[in-house]
Amino acid sequence: MIPGEFIYHRPSSVSEAVSLLVSHGDEARPLAGGHSLIPMMKLRMAAPEHLIDLSGVADLKGIQEVGDTIVIGAMTTQHELVNSDLLIAKLPIIRETSLMIADPQIRYMGTIGGNLANGDPGNDMPGLMQCLNAVYVLAGPDGERDVAARDFYEAAYFTALAPEELVTAVKIPTPPSGHGFAYEKLKRKVGDYATAAAAVLVTMSGDTVSSCSVALTNVADTPLYAAEASEILNGSTLDADTVKRAVAAAEAITMPAADGRGPAEYRTKMAGVMLERALARAAERAKG
Amino acid sequence: MEQIPVTMTVNGKKVQRFVEPRTLLIHFLREDLNLTGPHIGCETSHCGACTVDMNGMSVKSCTLFAAQANNAELTTIEGMANADGTLSALQEGFRQMHGLQCGFCTPGMITRAHTLLQENPDPTEEEIRFGIAGNLCRCTGYQNIVKAIQYAAAKLNGRDYQEAAE
Repeated sequence: MIPGEFIYHRPSSVSEAVSLLVSHGDEARPLAGGHSLIPMMKLRMAAPEHLIDLSGVADLKGIQEVGDTIVIGAMTTQHELVNSDLLIAKLPIIRETSLMIADPQIRYMGTIGGNLANGDPGNDMPGLMQCLNAVYVLAGPDGERDVAARDFYEAAYFTALAPEELVTAVKIPTPPSGHGFAYEKLKRKVGDYATAAAAVLVTMSGDTVSSCSVALTNVADTPLYAAEASEILNGSTLDADTVKRAVAAAEAITMPAADGRGPAEYRTKMAGVMLERALARAAERAKG
Repeated sequence: MEQIPVTMTVNGKKVQRFVEPRTLLIHFLREDLNLTGPHIGCETSHCGACTVDMNGMSVKSCTLFAAQANNAELTTIEGMANADGTLSALQEGFRQMHGLQCGFCTPGMITRAHTLLQENPDPTEEEIRFGIAGNLCRCTGYQNIVKAIQYAAAKLNGRDYQEAAE
């Protein structure tokens, strides 16, 4: 399986990368970790004439805390996310989720920017970013613009990203210390895409939920921010009846396709089960 | 087609070649450098038979262009033996513990385990299993492969390997 021919570019700055995208338009594709794009090129389902390798762009790397926000450069790898002391201290759900992506070899190469920008409904990071209310920074010929993760995904592989734009970073509001978190993913084997998965972030004030955010992965064409479920849980004591209503509200917004992972009804039901588990674990952690 | 220059250090030796941009690293290693230890298995980034070490990271060389490895330091199974030509602790472990049957997955397994032990010199059984999750063996279960890595870890930490009671 050998990809088609292309011209290889290795820009060293964001502006150089954007100008390559502008001059080659639809014929160009940015290359991040390559673990989605290269297999597609080998299958000839993607055949870019110009490949723009972003690995030489130093500005796209690194994880920083800026005020009350964590900023992660698009070319930061999953391996780096797993091992970041800053994330372990402030946003441990990123480590928990990253460890469920593929396998070690792929996590050394795979990047957060590639995972977010590709628009594959099976990717784990987009749902997580919706749960965390993250904002993507996009760079294009007219400069930078911000798009909320909750507004970014339009359909499978279709996003708000224009052909001449790059995702350069993701900005995540730092959750308060003592927050509870969990990413629960049902999969057929280690490294698989989710049959269904749920991300939960929760803060508690005593026994009462003071804020709650829920998102679902791979149970629709796009990741799903479960707004109604989040609202139902907010202010509750997570009593059985409230959890049941929230799970029903989350299941109601799913529209999974039947595939090798199971029939649609099963995947919807599993999204509910993952949510229930994630909620229990997040609440446990929030109570310390 | 356009040819681009690539330079890398492979198993301690500097190499310089011209490649087509679409040349995958596995083909470059096997066909240009005659390093046929890294194997072509599934070609879909699942099986790990093509695993090599690039700058301290285990990578699947079937899902990487040679151009992306420009200026990199690479180690393949051919570079795993001790400097005097004797077997490394991992190679010895695979031999002693019967960590291979047909051997097709073995170069990738050993190369991956080598990097795993650099990062985590004394892994638990669970950490070993999680650490080699990207390498598939179709002959058998993974019991003896895990033992082989435990054997190497024990030896590198100056201990005798004790098989856990079953």
